[in-house]
Amino acid sequence: MSCDWNRRDCLRWTAGSAVPWLANIGRLLAAEGERSATRAPARSIILLWLAGGPSQLETFDPHPGSRIAGGTGAISTAVKGIKLAEGYPRLAAAMRSVSLIRSMTSTEPDHERGTQLAKTGYTPDAVTVFPSIGAICCHELPAQGADIPRHVSILAGSWPSQGGFLGSEYDAFQTGDPAHPVPDVHTGVSNARYRRRLEDLAVVERAFAARHGLHAETLGHARLADQARRMMSSEQLRAFDVSEEPASLRRAYGETPFGRGCLAARRLTEVGVRAIEVTLSGWDSHVDNHAAHRKLATTLDPAMAALIQDLRERERLDTTLVICAGEFGRTPKINALGGRDHWTAAFSVALAGGAMRGGVVIGQTDPDGGRHVPDPKTFADLHATILKALGINPAKENVSPARRPVKLSEGNVISELLQVA
Amino acid sequence: MCRRDWLFGAIAVGALLSIIAMLFPRATATRRSAARLVASRTPSANPMVHAAEALDKALPVARKHTARRRVEFADELTVARRLALGLVGTIPSLEEIRWIEEQPAEERIPRWTERLLADRRWADYAAERLARAYVGTEVGPFLVYRRRRFVSWLAEQLYAGRPYDAVVREMIAAEGHWTDKPATNFITVTIEPQHGPRPNAARLAGRVTRAFLGLRLDCAECHDHPFAPWKQDDFHGLAAFFGPTRQGFGGIEDGQDQYKLLNRAMGERQQVDPKVPFGAEWLPREGHLRARLAAWVTDPQNKSFGLATANRVWALVCGLPLVEPIDDVTGETPPALSVLADDFASGGYDMRRLIRGIAFSEAIRREGREHVAKGDSAEVSALSNSWSAFPMSRLRPEQLSGAILQASSLVTIDRESPVLVRFARLVSESQFVGRFGDAGDQEFDERPETIPQRLLLMNGQLVQERTKQDLSNAATRIALLAPDDATAVETAYLAVLTRRPSPAEQKHFVARLAGARRNERQSRLEDLYWSLINSTEFAWNH
Repeated sequence: MSCDWNRRDCLRWTAGSAVPWLANIGRLLAAEGERSATRAPARSIILLWLAGGPSQLETFDPHPGSRIAGGTGAISTAVKGIKLAEGYPRLAAAMRSVSLIRSMTSTEPDHERGTQLAKTGYTPDAVTVFPSIGAICCHELPAQGADIPRHVSILAGSWPSQGGFLGSEYDAFQTGDPAHPVPDVHTGVSNARYRRRLEDLAVVERAFAARHGLHAETLGHARLADQARRMMSSEQLRAFDVSEEPASLRRAYGETPFGRGCLAARRLTEVGVRAIEVTLSGWDSHVDNHAAHRKLATTLDPAMAALIQDLRERERLDTTLVICAGEFGRTPKINALGGRDHWTAAFSVALAGGAMRGGVVIGQTDPDGGRHVPDPKTFADLHATILKALGINPAKENVSPARRPVKLSEGNVISELLQVA
Repeated sequence: MCRRDWLFGAIAVGALLSIIAMLFPRATATRRSAARLVASRTPSANPMVHAAEALDKALPVARKHTARRRVEFADELTVARRLALGLVGTIPSLEEIRWIEEQPAEERIPRWTERLLADRRWADYAAERLARAYVGTEVGPFLVYRRRRFVSWLAEQLYAGRPYDAVVREMIAAEGHWTDKPATNFITVTIEPQHGPRPNAARLAGRVTRAFLGLRLDCAECHDHPFAPWKQDDFHGLAAFFGPTRQGFGGIEDGQDQYKLLNRAMGERQQVDPKVPFGAEWLPREGHLRARLAAWVTDPQNKSFGLATANRVWALVCGLPLVEPIDDVTGETPPALSVLADDFASGGYDMRRLIRGIAFSEAIRREGREHVAKGDSAEVSALSNSWSAFPMSRLRPEQLSGAILQASSLVTIDRESPVLVRFARLVSESQFVGRFGDAGDQEFDERPETIPQRLLLMNGQLVQERTKQDLSNAATRIALLAPDDATAVETAYLAVLTRRPSPAEQKHFVARLAGARRNERQSRLEDLYWSLINSTEFAWNH
């Protein structure tokens, strides 16, 4: 398995793509929805994970002037007829690339179970640990010569994406703020000394294998240590280092951990990472909902909008699917502390890129805050749609350790969102 | 002032001497008396020894193996390491290894077992591990406190040696407030405040059957299982025992409500009557529903209770259950498990007795072999009979962090340790386990090691901090105090791998240390520690 990508290739690639930028203007002017039906499916997904459950009313589904809005206003977007909550001007400008599902529903009002459901598309159960969507992508799609893990969780929250029954090798690799070095990949000693340590380790390994009549390989330790070393010395690690990007671009994403995370996510897709989740926490606004959401919007809006624009300018938006979601929404009713509580009846998810159409809205919520929504969608439906966009058949089955056949997703593809249904 | 200097000097010299005493073992009088104390609690007429003998007879000797060679046994220190990992979740300290080696040869393992069982660390560790099956590892805002309260209560019960059937009855049937009746947290952790004051009856029914009876009845929650004998009615009949349970002003209490099940096809709620899936004759007629269920679960005729508990405790001690998966003992029962379960029941459900049965048996002394799992049911049953050797298993994350901390300390880290040491252990452990990944209540599923885990051991903070040159770290102490290179290498091997180096290893590392002085010697010892901690041997229970 040779490494096809390294930093130099990346630079060459990005430089190459910057020159014919002018030629792109024509394409940018063309309607977003009109693409050839033979386009390649998406190759990577970036999940912007809003941990805690964002309020749909203060993000993607405002009801300005209504009782449930509690004073939250709305702004117009680049797509006529679609409004976003105030605080998202940059995303509003990019709306032609973004679609919304406003009729998402969940059955799990608890953070942990809700997160599992959202990330796996399955209701958590005591016997089977379901794989997250990112793990499924890595499992289904071929490796692209990545030395670094193909499933990455930046600013991993309490329940990062996991491989579940596909195996812990599909768990997301967890990193922190890209402003800091990637954890655990620096030896902290000189190369000579490190080599000596590895020689010493081989002596101990041989003794153990001899005593137990094992082949040194049997327990997989040496192979893993090799892979770990390959990762430690890989040029691809630089994809985590956003300081290599121009300052103006870093400012566009926002000088926040989340903004840097989104920028690193884009860089990671370029070295063959299949699935990246970037977590933005703090949405669990049981107290003073509006203030919390106003503050978070200043982080989410620039980061998400810059990510979409950056991908588009690099001609990678078609092959990279961006999903912005949390585990549930928040109650239309504002509680005594000015907060909103957990609400699973109707909330919003935003999607951009990949094989998705832009400027589409699925479902609508009751301006009076009623539970009932027409055309409800589940996380299983969302997963089926994501898989379809990646060119993966959602009905394909894996077999769980309890020998139960498990479909990649049991949901129905939301074909209105896809360019090619 | 002068007097203080003298005092300080005396303390420093005393500390140094005590460390040196450990590096050059000389049996001291106090150690001998400690040994006698424990010995008096280890009568060879212990009834458990008979149970262990019966167990040995029931243990299979794989035909394939006997044809080729005899069953081989691991050396004592390896067995001591297995027991320490199983009972207190860490490896023996150098201090403890010296103690073990001072005991008469034939008494070493029994005395070591007794010493571990008398250690409060055992109760704490066993409670934490058992609690995974009882209350899960979820970390919601209220759950953390409830879970912690539950675990410390369970540890108290284990330490006090309370019969285990009574402990389980209290979990299922307790009434009262979660703070002063900690057992009620078995119930309260399933309450989802958004859903009202009721516990989740379905999850409770699932936990009761899996954890206490070794039945995966909750597979039947949504549909009749195609192969298992359990039907949906069995599951919901059991859940109905928790129907009246609610959280009121007095804490967990039982009202008059009945369990209602949403029939999705009809769109309405149907009342379900409480019903046990088998053994209806053991169900008492009197009492509130949960108390009746508790009595049924722990009825001496309900063999599933003993089998499920013995299988789980076997897994805690040995790293893998006797029957896999751990919470499904419905199939053909291996004779060894029946022997253990019967002895557990007839001995009054004494947890320590159950553990002694395993610890004194041959199974834990047999030579370590690679464990091959997975596959179809034929292979699984073959596996449950494969204890002709001790199957190797990967250390759990908390065992690994416990072992790293213990290896870098020389003296035992336990409840007697200074508060700062224990606090540091807790903090480093939770950081390490967080990054390593905790399998929660699925901890006995086979999970291969991952690259990030390997990286964490090779370059992670815990290993770096615990091996670097620092007077509080064992590597540095050994470098400073060992009289010669051979002793230094041997001491490091004992502290990290609980064994002495092979001649080849000894030669290699003595050569590494040769001629190195001061700082250089300390950094060589640091490298030795790094290599030992990063070995396959360290990361496995073998």
